[in-house]
Amino acid sequence: MLLVPCPNCGPRNASDLRYVGETPARPDPRSTTSDAWRDYLYIRDNSAGWRTEQWYCRVGCRRFFTVERNTSTNDVRPSPLPRLAPEAPGR
Amino acid sequence: MSSRLDPQPGEQLDRSRALWFTWNGKPITGFAGDTIASALAANDIRILGRSMKYHRPRALMTADYWDPNARLQVGDEPNVRAAHRMLEAGMRVKAQNAWPSVEHDIKAANGLVSRFLGPGFYYKTFKNQSLWPAYERVLSTFAPGGTVNLESERGYYDKRYAHPDVVVAGGGPAGMSAALAAALDGASVMLVEHEYHLGGHLRWGDEADRHAAAELAVACHSHPNVEVLVNSTVTGRYEDNWVAINQRSHQLADERLIKARAKILVVAAGLIERPYVFDGNDRPGVMLSGGVRRLINLWAVKPGERAVVFTANAQGDAVLTDLERAGVEIAGFVDARAGVTVSSAHGSGKSLRSVTLSDGSRFDADLLVTATGWTAPTSLLNMAGDRPVYHPAGARFVPGGRVPDTVLATGGMIGDGTLDELVAHGRATGSLAAARADIIGARLQKATPRAVPLFSSIGELPPDERTPLPAPGHLELFRSDTHGIVDYSEDVSSKDLVAAAAEGYDSVELLKRYTTATMGPEQGKLETVNTVAVLAEALDSTIAEVGTTVWRPPFAPVSLGALGGRLFEPTRVSALQPWHEAREATPINAGQWIRPEHYGDPEAEVRHVRSAVGIMDVTPLGKFDLRGRHVPELLNLLYTNAWSKLEIGRVRYGVMCAEDGVVMDDGVTGRLADDHYLMTTTTSGAGSVGEWAENWLQTAHPDWDVVVTPVTSAYTSINVAGPRSRDLLARLTPMDLAPEAFPYMNVRVGTVARVANCVVWRIGFTGELSYEVHVPAGYGPHVWEALLEAGKTEPGGIRPFGLEAQRIMRLEKGHFIVGQDTDGLTKMPTTGLGSLVRLHKEDMAGKPELAWSMAAAATGKGPRLVALQPSIPTLVPDEACQIVRSGTNEIIGRVTSSRFSPTLERSICLGQVEASEAVPGAELTVVLTDGSRTGIKVMAEHAHYDPEGARLRV
Repeated sequence: MLLVPCPNCGPRNASDLRYVGETPARPDPRSTTSDAWRDYLYIRDNSAGWRTEQWYCRVGCRRFFTVERNTSTNDVRPSPLPRLAPEAPGR
Repeated sequence: MSSRLDPQPGEQLDRSRALWFTWNGKPITGFAGDTIASALAANDIRILGRSMKYHRPRALMTADYWDPNARLQVGDEPNVRAAHRMLEAGMRVKAQNAWPSVEHDIKAANGLVSRFLGPGFYYKTFKNQSLWPAYERVLSTFAPGGTVNLESERGYYDKRYAHPDVVVAGGGPAGMSAALAAALDGASVMLVEHEYHLGGHLRWGDEADRHAAAELAVACHSHPNVEVLVNSTVTGRYEDNWVAINQRSHQLADERLIKARAKILVVAAGLIERPYVFDGNDRPGVMLSGGVRRLINLWAVKPGERAVVFTANAQGDAVLTDLERAGVEIAGFVDARAGVTVSSAHGSGKSLRSVTLSDGSRFDADLLVTATGWTAPTSLLNMAGDRPVYHPAGARFVPGGRVPDTVLATGGMIGDGTLDELVAHGRATGSLAAARADIIGARLQKATPRAVPLFSSIGELPPDERTPLPAPGHLELFRSDTHGIVDYSEDVSSKDLVAAAAEGYDSVELLKRYTTATMGPEQGKLETVNTVAVLAEALDSTIAEVGTTVWRPPFAPVSLGALGGRLFEPTRVSALQPWHEAREATPINAGQWIRPEHYGDPEAEVRHVRSAVGIMDVTPLGKFDLRGRHVPELLNLLYTNAWSKLEIGRVRYGVMCAEDGVVMDDGVTGRLADDHYLMTTTTSGAGSVGEWAENWLQTAHPDWDVVVTPVTSAYTSINVAGPRSRDLLARLTPMDLAPEAFPYMNVRVGTVARVANCVVWRIGFTGELSYEVHVPAGYGPHVWEALLEAGKTEPGGIRPFGLEAQRIMRLEKGHFIVGQDTDGLTKMPTTGLGSLVRLHKEDMAGKPELAWSMAAAATGKGPRLVALQPSIPTLVPDEACQIVRSGTNEIIGRVTSSRFSPTLERSICLGQVEASEAVPGAELTVVLTDGSRTGIKVMAEHAHYDPEGARLRV
């Protein structure tokens, strides 16, 4: 099982956390098109290599945080992005 | 015990303790220290079962865990590895896969038709799908394996989480040395050995071997840093050294699954001896050298009377000494290194009579010992990313060296060596493991934020500077000039593999799936390399080119009990649960909660609430305390309706939708003070709503001033419902409950039954005048008892009601339940609450989808939630029954909730029906569970009872 580094709790079992995944930018809800919105809802890059993704510290500090994960090797490292990424919740 | 030898120097028997057990109903005895199979062998019982397809008689071959012929039924337990499991007094041991008996098995006739049971037999024969049920009835009588007794006693299986510095898989000389060296360097070590004793192959070796094994084992057992787990298997290695250990030696639990986060995993799995493929190689009396040495040295069992030894290595040579000491006559010694091999083994069905060699010579013998090479069980390394490579000079696959720095291999698996060399390599591995574990531990600690940093700098992992073990050297011996069995468990012969290759199955991964070779209970430990070798020969290729199959977890089979184990899911109850239990309330599980379903008669409970007053424990209702300046902004974002103007003391109902516009939760939220709100959610939705709110606050609006605190179990929540509820509550609170002072959909904070800080809101899920009283949790029982006491003198009295009565009453009122009457596709227009969607809001979750779904609904499409009443008032259709267009099979909807209403004395339903059919008064057809059909009418309002809500607003 993966160890995922929570910025507050340190490395935790992935089962202590919730995988949120890639969080594409949220289109402006006032002007978006159905194609753009459904891309935001359902389409993920999911390509091989280092990817930025969001996790939630479910049983620990309840922090949403981003890490980088190599989707080829499952290596995980803290993300250089700020803890509170200015992104909308993924769904 | 006629085959039992005089005491042998290395035997592990306690001859002072005879154990009585039965074999196929017949009582016999063995000694403490015997395995089931060794005790049977000592009693001259040779035939242990029949092979899977051809029902050929089978006897001991490797005499260890991997023996393909020694799976027996022991009491209620099927498929017991009888050459591994220790004998216990009173065991009822039976053969499997044989009828009427192992000696006379009728299905052995399969062997005569073996040419029809070749590779792909099932694929080619049973093509007519419509006959599959008929085939299945016949073929299931041929299925191998033991029998499961559904009545057998439930076992106790446990789980444990561990964080050792080093896990060592394998307790042979290298593994023990590694464990000791790591422990001496200060590491905490788990040493895991598959068998019941440490020592590995030294245990059945000569005196020097046994002495070395004992010395190392004592040192391991006595070192405080080493936890020795015998009869335990490292079954898997997963990301970041998450290691699964199946412990079968726990004192209390039948088995225990240990989940260990090891900083370093040392793999010292040793070697597994490989069978030789030739005509008759599965005949009883043909054994591997390791099996013979174990039988003689560990259990003092004479394996035969007259033996031929076929050997290509030192262990095969050593068998001679053992056989001579056991008084077995040596009929022939065949040295493979001199170019002679065994061609065939002949005999009657049940025993070996003679052996023919490749040079044509023939020996009479009842035992043939083969020592033709080894397979390195590299599974755990494969799971860490390695791919083994073929080393022709050693005739085996060796690790490819592609593992992370946190996984180290040692011992016979990676090379040959004398005992001293193996010990030295093991020690070097243990020291390296301890040094690396130190660094990994420091890294893990440094990754955890703390007030005072523990480490200023952490060094690099020490490099691997171990002196390698000598490369293995062994003659390549896989198949003779004849064909024989390759996979004993699956009854797959080399002829089958050649035939499959000729049919085009030229990749080992495809060949394996087509022929099922390597797919039996041994999972390739004995047969993978022979499979690859036969395929390479058939393709005129090389073993290196053909490559090997991928070994996946588990390394050895794990029982379902161990995987299921003890559940750690918490059970939640309210502070009132002891009261409910004392009244023998019927419990119901709702998510993690256990709560009363009813107190004996739910319909009477309904009638009582409708006519007088009842109280219900609604503690599981999700509750969140919201504080801060921006709470209205948060509520506007989460709910579809508008929250900016909610006044202090008011309560409002809202529905939450996800970003895809699907209904995810509903509930009421009240404003207690200027910057203070209390939000309720559904019981099952509390967790996800809390997470949802945090997600928005942390990732989209970190600038907002809002704190969300889950307070579900901080309150005991009591619903006081019924026409007499105001009168009752008024006697217990100084709050002014007059309708003008405390109207419907309002909230007050005050004292109830002398308990301060109770939150009381006036709402009505049941459709009656009702108050929901949220009491600081510990005072719940007091307030509950006070209500009951005061209620005694109310006209009609008081009674508690449970979830079932509440569900009936909400259905009478037509209130939907998220997840019951809605599903993963239900959007707002379906619920009939489209008026609660305020699209003019700046933003809200799912806003574009809400707009689109409202627009789409305006065209008259999509499902609608409607109240339904069956034309037969006594008939309650099951929930999920389909609704069809009358006279057709066209599905136009389904019943989502149904009950018999004691108030209306008729059946009532909620259902989702296509908008075009959801016309008030429409007569539709519902298909009942038994297939019969009956009429069902669409009602004008969701509420079957009091649609105006007059009873609420008194």
